[in-house]
Amino acid sequence: MFLAHVNPLQASIFSSLAIVSLLLAFVMLGSHWLRNYVYAFAAQSWLIAALSAAVGYFGGYPELYVIAVLTALFRGLVLPYLLMRIIARLNVKRELHAVLQPSSSLVLGAFLVMFAFVIANHMNWRSLLSAHVVVLALTIMLSMKFLGFLMLAVRDEAVSQILGLLVLENGIFLGSQILVPGMPLLIEIVILFDLLIVVACFGMLVRFLVVHAGTTSSRELNRLVG
Amino acid sequence: MILCISVVYTLSSIYAVGYMRLLDEEKRLPLFYGLFSGFAFTMLAACVTNNVGVFWIAIELTTLISTFLVGFEREAESTEAAWKYIVVVSGGISLALLGTVLFYWAGSFVLGPTYAMTWAALHTSAPAVYPPLLLVSFLLVLVGYGTKAGLAPMHTWLPDAHSEAPAPVSAMLSGALLNASMLGIARFLGVVSGTSVSPFAHSAVVGFGIFSFVIAALFIVRQTGIKRLMAYSSVEHIGVQALGLGFGGVFGVAGALYHMLNHSLNKSLMFFGAGNAMRAYGTKEISGIRHVLKAFPVSGTLWLLGAVGIAGAPPFALFLSEFTVLRAGIGGRYRWAAIVFVVFLIVVFIGFLAHFRAMYFDDAPQQQVRPLSGLVWRTLPMWLAFVPLLVLGLWWPRGLWEIFTRISSQVMGGSQ
Repeated sequence: MFLAHVNPLQASIFSSLAIVSLLLAFVMLGSHWLRNYVYAFAAQSWLIAALSAAVGYFGGYPELYVIAVLTALFRGLVLPYLLMRIIARLNVKRELHAVLQPSSSLVLGAFLVMFAFVIANHMNWRSLLSAHVVVLALTIMLSMKFLGFLMLAVRDEAVSQILGLLVLENGIFLGSQILVPGMPLLIEIVILFDLLIVVACFGMLVRFLVVHAGTTSSRELNRLVG
Repeated sequence: MILCISVVYTLSSIYAVGYMRLLDEEKRLPLFYGLFSGFAFTMLAACVTNNVGVFWIAIELTTLISTFLVGFEREAESTEAAWKYIVVVSGGISLALLGTVLFYWAGSFVLGPTYAMTWAALHTSAPAVYPPLLLVSFLLVLVGYGTKAGLAPMHTWLPDAHSEAPAPVSAMLSGALLNASMLGIARFLGVVSGTSVSPFAHSAVVGFGIFSFVIAALFIVRQTGIKRLMAYSSVEHIGVQALGLGFGGVFGVAGALYHMLNHSLNKSLMFFGAGNAMRAYGTKEISGIRHVLKAFPVSGTLWLLGAVGIAGAPPFALFLSEFTVLRAGIGGRYRWAAIVFVVFLIVVFIGFLAHFRAMYFDDAPQQQVRPLSGLVWRTLPMWLAFVPLLVLGLWWPRGLWEIFTRISSQVMGGSQ
């Protein structure tokens, strides 16, 4: 188990990278501008790539370099580019109807992070309590999960829903880099490609939404009930 | 399981030939068939793979492919259904991924940092894992694949997607896709059974099962759309399967598997019938469909008999499998669940057949019915689904029982 013997320097590098990505999730939560979401997402992906590289370097997993490069390439460049294209085509710049004001969603987000911490603390194996990185990684994994769902719940615009889903996936990816760096390489690469397909599909679907439903706001999607 | 999907795929393909011709979309047909077979392929891949990660990827791919099948008719409603489908299911399935990663992490304490991600590996490592971690992982997986399987309260995408997709696709979604993700739940349940969290995990599955069943029963009674009725009936039957798995034991698991097979057959039959009626009467509302027997003497009869079967009456196969599940429940810890199950089974029976009584025997004025082409294409798959349904209801083959008990001891790790 690689996390059982990380030294303080490594631990602090991992935790600072993870914490900054969590903060970027809050940036997404606190903004109304779609463009900001995409920038924050891209920055988060670069951080995750850096994290993979760091884990690979310190833990002796050379295959993680490949993951790092692919993460930076796909999540850091290609996905934001695709999202920007969708935004440019849709001509929506910001969320129009906020269910929650940014400030209140930030407060809610903070509570969710605390909740995530409580869960993570319960899940941690006693013998590993010394490694704070484990609790931190679990906390961030779960809280990005919660924040992603919060974004899905309080945002209507199609693009922000896509981003909400991507934050969910980013959280898992981040956590899995720290917790299970030895996870088979094939799986991670396939998951990355999978994401690319997800976004491509979403792009097409958004176009259909505009053409056939006349809106990209999920608020208007209320024909099918009961 | 593979049998299930292949059967549904074969039947749906036959039906699709006749049905899709009615849609006046000649140009996009190759696309439809391409997506359709891709959908079948990913589901088969999910079932044969031995790798937990690949299983997740296959399930995720089924979502992406079937989204476009759901939105195939390109109207406002079907696009809306496709959108809701992909957002809800992707959110859910990402929970399953988190659960899978945590399972792998938990296993790495026992098996070392790197190991092959197979079900067998998880089986060996599970008993040694810190119980709260195992429990959280299992619940995440349960909610994740439960979303995909349509367990309430994560079922919200299901009626929309099933009602807006073309009928052969609805049959595939209901008969094959739900089962494929139920298989994920079954396998993970197998992984945790035999550990200290096993009772709680089983209770959670029973809880979701009974909740789906109740919700679906209530919606069935008040339903107005014909395909939404079928969709809620799928939620109900998925609930029954979850109950069977949760009750556990040979009877529970074998009953759940038998139920899977029978439900696939019967639900395909029902969706084909619904597709015929929708095309002929030009409406999705139950109130717009009257005097079915006059319009379709043969396929109408099959549809009615299928409805009796799916409501759980003997001599059809679903009666037998529901009875087996019930027998597993009455004897075990979950007697209360079994009692609720029986009560709402009666509700479903009355509610479902009341709609069919209205459609067949109501004395409403006669309507204009558009004659449909391709009689053989539309009726043959209904016969092919109906005959085995009747046979399996009267006689549970010895070989099939042995396969089910073997699967149940394998999936459940021989712990029950």
